[in-house]
Amino acid sequence: MTGRTLLIAAMLAAVGASAAGAQEPVKIGMITTLSGPGGYIGQDIRDGFQIALDLEGGKLGGVPIQLLVEDDGFKPGQGKQVADRMMKSDKVKLLTGIVFSNIAVATVPDVLDADGIYVSPNAGPSNFAGKDCHRNYFVVSWQNDNLHESAGQNATVLGYKKAFILAPNYQAGKDALAGFKRFFKGEIAGEVYTRLDQTDYAAEMAQIRAANPDVVFQFHPGGLGIAFMRQYQQAGLLGQVPMVVAAPSMDATTASAVGEAAVGVNLTTHWNTDFDNPGSKRFVEAFQKKFNRAPTFYASQSYDTALAIGAALKGTGGKVDDTEAFRREMLKASFSSIRGPFKFGPNQHPIQDWWAAKVEKGPDGKPVIKTTTKVMSNHGDVYAKDCKL
Amino acid sequence: MVLVYEQVLNGLQLGVTLFLLAAGLTLIFGIMGVINLAHGSLYMVGAYAAALTAAKIGSFLLAVPAGLAAAALAGMAMEYLVIRHLYARDHLDQVLATFGLILFFNQAVVLLVGRQPLFVAIPAALDGAVPVGAGIQYPVYRLAILAVGIAVAIGLYLLIGRTRLGMLVRAGATHRDMVRALGVDIRLLYTIVFGLGALLAGLAGLMAGPLLAVQVGMGEQILILTFVVVVIGGLGSIRGAFFGALIVGVVDTLLRAFLPGALRTVMQGSEADALGAGLSSMGVYLLMAAVLLVRPRGLFPAHG
Repeated sequence: MTGRTLLIAAMLAAVGASAAGAQEPVKIGMITTLSGPGGYIGQDIRDGFQIALDLEGGKLGGVPIQLLVEDDGFKPGQGKQVADRMMKSDKVKLLTGIVFSNIAVATVPDVLDADGIYVSPNAGPSNFAGKDCHRNYFVVSWQNDNLHESAGQNATVLGYKKAFILAPNYQAGKDALAGFKRFFKGEIAGEVYTRLDQTDYAAEMAQIRAANPDVVFQFHPGGLGIAFMRQYQQAGLLGQVPMVVAAPSMDATTASAVGEAAVGVNLTTHWNTDFDNPGSKRFVEAFQKKFNRAPTFYASQSYDTALAIGAALKGTGGKVDDTEAFRREMLKASFSSIRGPFKFGPNQHPIQDWWAAKVEKGPDGKPVIKTTTKVMSNHGDVYAKDCKL
Repeated sequence: MVLVYEQVLNGLQLGVTLFLLAAGLTLIFGIMGVINLAHGSLYMVGAYAAALTAAKIGSFLLAVPAGLAAAALAGMAMEYLVIRHLYARDHLDQVLATFGLILFFNQAVVLLVGRQPLFVAIPAALDGAVPVGAGIQYPVYRLAILAVGIAVAIGLYLLIGRTRLGMLVRAGATHRDMVRALGVDIRLLYTIVFGLGALLAGLAGLMAGPLLAVQVGMGEQILILTFVVVVIGGLGSIRGAFFGALIVGVVDTLLRAFLPGALRTVMQGSEADALGAGLSSMGVYLLMAAVLLVRPRGLFPAHG
């Protein structure tokens, strides 16, 4: 016992000695979903962030970073607990990572109430974008509606007249259908809310067939989308009714899991692996090399989040205690996003471009996502006008 | 009308999957008096064993025996190592211990296979859709599940009603002490029944694999519905499990399909959808409550 205590004391002394000269690292708490059907999303968010750290030798904006990653288990309650523990025990001030809007809605208010800062790499629920926006809440990904507004716009551009739309019955699902309808000019043949824990869509397939639409729009993130696409094919609907989706329903992982059936699906996205800018190429290459798989757009958002935090930390000289100073630097968005033009709107959500893309058969026979044309430029969100900061 | 027909088919298919799980659960409860929360874990074990075998050797049909064997062996090991010590304890101890088993199985799968869901291809012979009348194309694989489920129901009926083993099972359920007094090795009987229940759960799991994603925690999602089935059908009754499962499957599917539409005729679109989605997820629980009010022991009480 005494021996072990001595050893620990010696180790602490050694750590103390080495840290004395260097700057104290800034702790970043990452709460993300690593288990369940959405587990790969959290994994990509974690890994995308890690690539940003790796490329800068464990620093962001020249400031050493200590990244703490914890799984929320796809449960809002657990997300809340993890945030609480990180802020109280580990003295974390800056948090990020949440994938799902229902978890964000439960967790983020606690972080902000305790004077923490939250930078979202994914979820952008509408309830935090309007009058309940917050000075210490930043979203680098998108406001939820944006994804689906772009899909609605794409469906209109592609000339579809009668759409059947589906999404899970939770905040992001409601934002999805609202967003799609805002920009789709045709008629809605049917509108269905599925359950977030649902994996069998047989009943919905029958409804789609009965409604006989000329296009289907669906939002089913993570494993849900894979199950949905496979059952769409099994029901014989693939090839009969084309599909227009937003990026979360057809990311790189979904496309490879679904295989052949994904070819021909129209999607819209704000970033894709084929984006032709040096930052994006560098990211894709580093990610591919380290993890031996293609990054999804989730990973790109997390990478951009790390760059945005890095730019802000650089401005404040590595300080997060003064949240107003951090906010001033953050809002400059003086990093070069790998999606291209990026700035924060008045509600601290992004203003960015949206692109149409299509799943095509790659040279090795596997489906790849190819970007085609821009569908929206400098697109913000409709909730910004209600936000008074 | 055509849509109702197709939705009823979907409901029946969900029903037989529930039946395979509920049959084991209700047998184990009826005969041993054990509430086994970890029954869903056996479903998961069957699904994983089949998915991994299919990925390794590339044939789903060969993966079937692997999934069945893995689930049955896991079930018998569970009985031998844990459940056997719980027969004399009260239900709270059983619930706690089997809840612990759920955590154990989930973490074991995370450690062995990882968190990524697995996807199983549908065997080529069962891929595609066939006409089933009224102009409906219905997936062959779902019809196959329906056929397997009905075959198992008939087989179980014959096994319980017509064989010596079935006689012992029935006797064990109603007159446990008398069976023991007559010199039957009741411990072996229990292990066999538990293994059989596990085998059926594994069968349900491996058949669900190609439709859904094979993932950690898949058992708990369906276990709750299975308990509803067992309660509606009557604890310990195979016949109850069969009809309970079909009722729950069809009611759940039909509510999900038609309630939002029906509500939309009387109220505004988005509100109707939100209310409809909420009410249809509650539907089977309301049904359970209604059944319990009228028939407190379920629709087909097992004995006495």
